[in-house]
Amino acid sequence: MELSTREFWALIHGLILGGAFLLAFSGGLAGFFSLRPELVTAEGLRERVRRLTIGTTAMAVLVWVTVATGTWIVYPWYREDTEDSPRSLLLANDDTKDWHEFAMEWKEHIAWIAPFLATAAAFIVIYYGAGLARNHGARRIAMACFIAAFAIAVVAGILGALITKKAPVM
Amino acid sequence: MEASDVRERGEIELPVRPDGPVAAVLLAAGIGSVVLAVLVIWAEAKESFADSLAYDLEVGPLSGKTLWATAAFLGSWAILALALRRREVDLGKVAVISGVLIALGLVGTFAPFFQLFAPD
Repeated sequence: MELSTREFWALIHGLILGGAFLLAFSGGLAGFFSLRPELVTAEGLRERVRRLTIGTTAMAVLVWVTVATGTWIVYPWYREDTEDSPRSLLLANDDTKDWHEFAMEWKEHIAWIAPFLATAAAFIVIYYGAGLARNHGARRIAMACFIAAFAIAVVAGILGALITKKAPVM
Repeated sequence: MEASDVRERGEIELPVRPDGPVAAVLLAAGIGSVVLAVLVIWAEAKESFADSLAYDLEVGPLSGKTLWATAAFLGSWAILALALRRREVDLGKVAVISGVLIALGLVGTFAPFFQLFAPD
């Protein structure tokens, strides 16, 4: 029972980073919703800002690492110019070529918008700190960036999982 | 209001800071997204341009598209952050502009859309 180097990196890219990303999103989202000065004491506010900073920063770092490993480590194996590469296998069959021409072509590009948005969300949280609790407009904008980054990553992640099911990197 | 002003709430200070740096990162996210979309469409339309973006032969044109989009994001963020660092701006308007840019980026990177530009 062994994983090849390619399977290992596909696992890191898709599952390990993806799982951590989900955790960071959940923590960050809860942090945004609970960041209301009327609901917490000064000490509670400080603690929630710290948790929110960790959640949003972790998500931003994870998204950058996920797109970088996907593009620079896993993707070359997917597209290599051999008969048995996932790309070649998908394109060889009319029933599966859309998995490359639609799913992979969309996923490989849209995924790179997520780190921009996640970085913006993390920066807003770090920049305003506890002041974000009273700045409703900035908090809503940060939440929108955070949720949009997550939604984009989910689209890319689901497409990646489906493509891997059809033609895994091995 | 001055950046150094603070509001007191119990024992914790809630600082009020200028919105300029936040406007900078929001606009940079939009600019990075649009640059990515433009490169994706252009590469789809002209094979020679796509080839010129293949800085890494194993990754192919995606290497150039993502490197330039990331450079656009980081570069525009740095420039705008410097220009807006002490400015008070209307974050609502900036968010709308960024939202439009990001929407353009999402449309431009949607495969059925950018494939419309592929030569016959």
